[in-house]
Amino acid sequence: MPVILVTDFLIFLLLILASSYVFYVCKRPLLRAPWADVLKNRVGAISFTVLMFYIFIAVLDSMHFHPRISSSQEKKVVYSNEITSVFDVIASHLRTSTEKTYSAPLSAYQYSKEAAEVSNENSHRDYPRLKYGGRHLTNPNKEIVSDVFSKILKGILIAAVFWIVLLMLITFFYAHKKSSSFYAQIQQIFFSKQNRSLPTILITILVLMIITCVAVQLSFSYHVFGTDKVGQDVFYQALKSIRTGIIIGTVTTLVMLPFAITLGIMAGYFGGRVDDIIQYIYTTLNSVPGVLLIAAAILMLHVYMGNNPEQFTNITERADLRLLFLCMILGITSWTGLCRLLRGESLKLRETEYIVAAKALGVRSFVIIFRHLLPNVMHIVLITIVLDFSGLVLAEAVLSYVNIGVDPTTHSWGNMINSARLEMAREPVVWWSLSASLFFMFVLVLFANLFSDVVRDVFDPRAKKHE
Amino acid sequence: MYAVPILIGINLLTFVLFFVVNSPDEIARLHLGDKYVTEVQINAWKHDRGYDKPLLINTDESGMDVVTETIFFDKSVRLFVFDFGVSDSGRNIGYDIKQRMWPSLAIAIPSLIMGLLINISFALLIAFFRATYIDYWGVIFCVALMSISSLFYIIGGQFLVGKLLQIVPISGYDYGLSSIKFLVLPILISAIYGIGAGTRWYRTLFLEEISKDYVRTARAKGLSEKYILFHHVLRNALIPILTGVVAILPLLFLGSLITESFFSIPGLGSYTIDAIQRQDFAIVRSMVFLGAVLYIIGLILTDISYTFADPRLRLK
Repeated sequence: MPVILVTDFLIFLLLILASSYVFYVCKRPLLRAPWADVLKNRVGAISFTVLMFYIFIAVLDSMHFHPRISSSQEKKVVYSNEITSVFDVIASHLRTSTEKTYSAPLSAYQYSKEAAEVSNENSHRDYPRLKYGGRHLTNPNKEIVSDVFSKILKGILIAAVFWIVLLMLITFFYAHKKSSSFYAQIQQIFFSKQNRSLPTILITILVLMIITCVAVQLSFSYHVFGTDKVGQDVFYQALKSIRTGIIIGTVTTLVMLPFAITLGIMAGYFGGRVDDIIQYIYTTLNSVPGVLLIAAAILMLHVYMGNNPEQFTNITERADLRLLFLCMILGITSWTGLCRLLRGESLKLRETEYIVAAKALGVRSFVIIFRHLLPNVMHIVLITIVLDFSGLVLAEAVLSYVNIGVDPTTHSWGNMINSARLEMAREPVVWWSLSASLFFMFVLVLFANLFSDVVRDVFDPRAKKHE
Repeated sequence: MYAVPILIGINLLTFVLFFVVNSPDEIARLHLGDKYVTEVQINAWKHDRGYDKPLLINTDESGMDVVTETIFFDKSVRLFVFDFGVSDSGRNIGYDIKQRMWPSLAIAIPSLIMGLLINISFALLIAFFRATYIDYWGVIFCVALMSISSLFYIIGGQFLVGKLLQIVPISGYDYGLSSIKFLVLPILISAIYGIGAGTRWYRTLFLEEISKDYVRTARAKGLSEKYILFHHVLRNALIPILTGVVAILPLLFLGSLITESFFSIPGLGSYTIDAIQRQDFAIVRSMVFLGAVLYIIGLILTDISYTFADPRLRLK
């Protein structure tokens, strides 16, 4: 039985908005040109593909449902109270294979010694074998290296096969469309001077596929990134955190956009008293240090939740509401920058000839704002959305560290780092939980940053002037 | 003089956030913990901390006391004269802030200066080699540095320098000269953390300056590229850099939240974090107000320093 959590709804809403925007853009060559420039840039194409990959996982993880409890005797279908996602089903072998406690990446043994009963009299302390990691091996010390290598090779092979099939499909599609031969089309894709975005994207997909297939192959019989204190697979946690990161990065902007756009344009277009009031509002909000405002608001939420526990029955739903609330607070603290930019731009546009002409013709202000102002400030909005994304993902980690971030039960990189903090002081060091979360976060933020650079260079008219 | 209405706005905002959204009753119940709290206990807790007065208007009193004997006056209006009152755990907040200001400054000022020097020199280097591979990879390197979470720098630095090499202690603080060995690592880490964003930002400032007409004139005169960069571009680009620094100067008092709490330095940043984790609303409220005041001082200082640095602005 499908469930739609509030954040799921927002993610799907975003997807619908984004795809309708893509559809809208594709129909209009003038709007399509800058996006084609983004993809023509090699960095732009690579980062776009990687981001799509992350978003794909996040979307898979956002399709929630109550799993059906199979009961053969009764005809009645029973649904469990637990909420899982499509991604959980795909990665169910990761979710269920929990060990007792810490274990290193790709290891068959537990990380701490345990007393093992050899016979009745003498017990000795040794590293016990893991329940799931490397369980098919008889003598792990000797076999593990060759086994891992054969798994990696197998993963690469599978990825190559998938990729070639994909390449064939794409080539056939193009060959059919342009009615040219298959061979000529392959040459066209890889060696043509005009279109450089397709081969870059294809090669990025190949690299991503290899990584995915190798990781999947290994994860069936090992813990790729080890296990944490309670024996949960770290790889699974890091993958689950992708959804949280993406939600914080996108839903926050979605929440703040309406405020920023309406207030910013109103302040710039109408000026006078309206401008004063709006400026006052955003300077006031801006002058409170962001972290403190977030802390204050989240503390208040704590108080509210502590006193009204009856409204939050399901753990998943409660965590989800907290995530949404965090997005809203982050949105409130971050809309001021965009608002100021939009105010400045609409102040400038107000004096342009086409707006003056529209006014002289007696067009209503509302219509002027929607038809003439809004489309001409959209590039600023777009640049801000992309620029803010990476900062928000990073902010989540810091906020979770201070305990004012997402709910402790939500999988997130911040929570992982927070719990891994003490493990660094442990002897011997447990490094994999920390490095896995930092690595996943780093990749996402790095490509988001690179992508936003490309987008800004293409869309910002000022940047073009410098060249 | 836009400062006064903004401060009033912030005061009202914190008041609404802390007292109207959740009544003092609920805060008291949260603090006293379990569900079996009696009404008497709550009232005693509220009385100890002065939360038992009416919110806005006290009808029991007469004269001026109608307004003054209220939570709003007691807890919010008094902030204007920097009377922060007592924290929920009974300590004097004003005294604590004065005590903890200095360690915060001891970290913030050196790391600001060091960060500035490193960033400006890197940015100059990249600007000198603009439109070459050094520029291209330098910018990508900066973006990569920017993309690493600040937590990584701190944890990694602590692990590498403090635990593996054992050069300096991992965390702690001491007053006086012996504090240096505790301060080196946090200062270094906060400076390194800022390199990515700082260098990239300064690079765009330099490049903007380089594309201006007077630089072309200087080149036409036959000046060397090095001379132009150091004597013309650097000087003119320093105006936005320094005014940007002036804007954040007052905020240095607040210290850095994460760095301080990781290195357990008794500054204002760790004070705030402790307060958040202990759910001490009185301290958080005072820090919100203090932060806003400092931000506004920063705004005013920026305006003043612009007129000093750029005589063209004074003419208007």
